[in-house]
Amino acid sequence: MSEQPTTPVIDIHGITRSYTMGDETLHVLKGIDLQIHPGEFLAIMGPSGSGKSTLMNILGCLDQPSSGEYYLDGADVSKVSERDLAKIRNRKIGFVFQNYNLLKRTTALKQVELPLVYAGVGNRTPRAQAALAAVGLEQRMDHLPTELSGGQQQRVAIARALVTEPSIIMADEATGNLDSRSGQEVLGIFQRLNQERGITIIFITHDPWTARHTRRLVMLRDGKVVADSPIENPLDAATSQRPSEAEELESIFQTTYYGGKKEEYA
Amino acid sequence: MNPVEVFSTALHALLLNKLRSGLTMLGIIIGIAAVVSMVSIGRGIGDYINQQFSDLGATRLQISSQAPTSGFTTRITPLTSATAAALANPVNIPSLALVAPEYNLSSTVRAGGRGIGMNVIGVTPAYTEAYSWQTQPGSAFITQADVENTARVAVLGTSTVKRLFGSESFNPVGLQIDIDDLSFTVVGVMNRRSSALGFDPNNAVLVPISTAQTRLDNARERGGSLRVSLITVLARDKDAVAAASREIRTYLRSAHGITDPANEDFAIYNEAQQLRSLNQISSLLTLFLGVIGAISLVVGGIGILNIMLVSVTERTREIGLRKALGATREAILSQFLIESILLCVIGGGVGILLSYGIVALGNQLAPNFGLSVRLSLAVDTLILATGVSSAIGILFGLYPSNRAARMRPIEALRFE
Repeated sequence: MSEQPTTPVIDIHGITRSYTMGDETLHVLKGIDLQIHPGEFLAIMGPSGSGKSTLMNILGCLDQPSSGEYYLDGADVSKVSERDLAKIRNRKIGFVFQNYNLLKRTTALKQVELPLVYAGVGNRTPRAQAALAAVGLEQRMDHLPTELSGGQQQRVAIARALVTEPSIIMADEATGNLDSRSGQEVLGIFQRLNQERGITIIFITHDPWTARHTRRLVMLRDGKVVADSPIENPLDAATSQRPSEAEELESIFQTTYYGGKKEEYA
Repeated sequence: MNPVEVFSTALHALLLNKLRSGLTMLGIIIGIAAVVSMVSIGRGIGDYINQQFSDLGATRLQISSQAPTSGFTTRITPLTSATAAALANPVNIPSLALVAPEYNLSSTVRAGGRGIGMNVIGVTPAYTEAYSWQTQPGSAFITQADVENTARVAVLGTSTVKRLFGSESFNPVGLQIDIDDLSFTVVGVMNRRSSALGFDPNNAVLVPISTAQTRLDNARERGGSLRVSLITVLARDKDAVAAASREIRTYLRSAHGITDPANEDFAIYNEAQQLRSLNQISSLLTLFLGVIGAISLVVGGIGILNIMLVSVTERTREIGLRKALGATREAILSQFLIESILLCVIGGGVGILLSYGIVALGNQLAPNFGLSVRLSLAVDTLILATGVSSAIGILFGLYPSNRAARMRPIEALRFE
């Protein structure tokens, strides 16, 4: 993180988002300013209801802000038509969701080809194959989601996000449904994509362990950014070891007594 | 997204839910099959009626005695051979081409041991032309000489041959049969004729009219002329039928001394007129059957609407995902619309095949019920039905498709 290019890939000013529910107006985002530069790998954290998903939807052009300015690659996207938003989602942004969101009974290859279909790309198979190879699934191209493990399904989803060569990948709790080993693998893939290809990655999570693998942490609370700082010594998913349940409990037991014998939790 | 992509995406989605797609199509299949086969059946019946009557002849008029409608006069001047001769005179009736009187009576016909009660028809040589009914090759018919000589000769219909001799293919020419204890020589057999409206014309025994009037019965009037049962006439051509009918009426009124139409003691049947009214009935029948079919088609369409709505709800997340991946409103709209159109068009195609089967089955079974109905697939209805099923696909698919297209990606993605 020595030098940063002058144009941020994402530049938002005073973004608000409110929903009308009956007579009440719910202000979810209350004025967010954020600049994200190309090649950054950041985590957006916050408790439930802090507005982090809403922010991701706006950043991902799935939703539009109630007010404020949003420049994506220098272009104002806060007021573009729905049709152009679809094009932006297709070309510039890749999504990875917590529950993978794969199409049922569709092979991995076809899943990955889908964004290219909407992009109107003709010769899709080589590109989809390359994307699957990039996540280590070259042996699983003809598998259906039901024939893949959770980690593999999420890797298909990453390949799908990757295939249009977007400048940003948005991952919403992308490791939330995975066991810790698969989660590590997926985190590793994101780190690699960020380092080797310079793709900007935005990770929405509420897991501090996951966040420690990114390089910048943005904390949200009640619709506002309450902290924004670089992470010192980010963890490397290839070597990091998530503390076991027992170790985590160990640290808790030093201060809190939950009842019962300590050995029972070992 | 090009049309081929839209098409293959839609087809893929339909194949994912084979059972549901199949059941949805069933509505359209039944609807289309109902419309096409009902109309085909209706038309087949119409054609059958038409054909029956064209067999009978469009230029034909039949004149018979009838009690006057007024009811005041009981005196009926009978139709006689003399009347027939007078009608045959072009001075009296210029529009006629042929006059064929006949005299009908019930007799016991016997060949070998079997005696059967039958209608015997006394005819003239003109009979064959009047009814466009010929004898079998190599068979003779009743000649003018037979009529003049009151000859004891008979011509049989195929059903009569079967009843008397046990087999339709039996050749009875030259054999003797007894009609009311008088011996007759069989001189010919008529061609087989299709049965008209449940009545079998092949059940006939034809003899010279004079023989029927004098030897089998006593049809002599006080004036000496011989009564006839029916006078069949042919007008010169189709356009002359109305004129012929008028001329006959005028002639018979003056010959029978009738001034008040209510006292008319004869009736003139015009088969063309009956044909027209029957045609109206059959078109009405076709319309009625078509409407029933159309109702089931609409029900099928509502089935499509229902399933597409369910499908949109069920696939909300998929729609959200597709939008997140860059699908535009139009792409989603066309995907769902094509799905619904595919359902209808495939369903329509199967329905057409099914109706083809129904028509073929109908043609197979009709002879078993003694009907010589020939059904043919109503091609115009078929084209219309295909158009209608596509239209139903668009119409009933538009609302769910539009609903899917207008979903907001985040809400769709979050949908549980």
